[in-house]
Amino acid sequence: MPVSQLADVGDNNEECKTFVFEQEGHTLGNALRCIISNYKDVEFCGYTVPHPSEDKMHFRIQMCKGGTAIDALKRGLKDLILVCEHTEKQFDEEFLSFSAKNGLNL
Amino acid sequence: MSNKEPGLISLEYKNVRAGKELDTTWTYKKFQENFRVVIVRCENYEMEFDLIGIHPFLANAFRRIMISDVPTMAIEKVHIYNNTSVMQDEILAHRLGLVPLKADPGLFEFKESETSEATAQDTLQFELKMKCSKNKENKDSSRHDDIYKNHHVLSKHIKWMPIGNQAELHKEENIRPIHDDISLLKMRPGHEIDLQMFAVKGTGRDHAKFSPVATAFYRLLPDIKLTRTVEGEQAERLQKCFSPGVIALRKSEGKCVAVVNDSRYDMCSRNVFKHDDLKDSVVMGRIEDHFIFTIESVGNLKSHQIFKEAINILKKKCKTLLDEIDISN
Repeated sequence: MPVSQLADVGDNNEECKTFVFEQEGHTLGNALRCIISNYKDVEFCGYTVPHPSEDKMHFRIQMCKGGTAIDALKRGLKDLILVCEHTEKQFDEEFLSFSAKNGLNL
Repeated sequence: MSNKEPGLISLEYKNVRAGKELDTTWTYKKFQENFRVVIVRCENYEMEFDLIGIHPFLANAFRRIMISDVPTMAIEKVHIYNNTSVMQDEILAHRLGLVPLKADPGLFEFKESETSEATAQDTLQFELKMKCSKNKENKDSSRHDDIYKNHHVLSKHIKWMPIGNQAELHKEENIRPIHDDISLLKMRPGHEIDLQMFAVKGTGRDHAKFSPVATAFYRLLPDIKLTRTVEGEQAERLQKCFSPGVIALRKSEGKCVAVVNDSRYDMCSRNVFKHDDLKDSVVMGRIEDHFIFTIESVGNLKSHQIFKEAINILKKKCKTLLDEIDISN
């Protein structure tokens, strides 16, 4: 399973951090980046897959003064979980009403 | 429909919403308010539905997960005991690997490692044993089916060999190739194959044979507006520039007037712009947050299951990452 750890970069501190996600790529990278870069207290957020033959994704967060990068990452993951749950709920409801309307037995 | 005016990508891909720039910021609250699902078509193995009010990053995450992260079972190892046919072992093994299997991946586990012992929980075993011979009864015919026996190996000849207690857990009709008529190999008298196959659970990220979808794609809802009345011969020409059913001709005051009937299934060709007298009459755009998903399942999972599975996989990914972060801090 994926592991997240800190990359050994010089200017790492609580506010600015680069996380390394093993066995993750653009799927999670881009989704998470879009969510986190919309937070007001985030100064910069970006991701990269450094090399296509290495199954790794680097994720950089830089916070405005006073925030911590790990907190933004956690918030992003939690928001993504909420999004998934909401999507599933809406899809289930629509699927139920659709199958009832069309007499589907799936 | 939401009462807000939809955002459009048009005018050569510039973001336009009634003259204003689109609001592209994202918050969970906004998402919760605007998001809607509409199922348009749902057959057993093919479905079309709209996700309205989502951002491309989500649509793309779901699409990518459906293609490469939703697991299915497929043949991974082939033990060849005898193969005197003209097809080389490795080509035959590759062909067998691509045969889609009907087996519910939810009932099986991932194999711990490639070399670990096969168990009833993670492996399905199949057998394919055939020998071609001459058919002496039909000497006069020249049809291959008449003069040879067992000369055409099809996917229906693949036989399931239960491991351990699998015979009690699964029904035979649920563990077999999805299609009976996939041509695997042709043989002539004297040719013989004898092989055993081992199917395991895997994801499309490892090999496309594990992908549960033939295709899973999304497109944006097209939006076509006429900026002036187009009538007569021009209207007929305008209709021909779009996919069938998109532009309708309506009779009004003895004249034939073009109206937009349904732009959903327009292929968005830019044929109108070939006609100098028509190109100013139409604005072609796409609604920016209206995604039309089409999922075509290979057959091991129903398409709505694939989408739900994709949502769960994304959720599980986030959960495990959150746990990892909590542990390491």
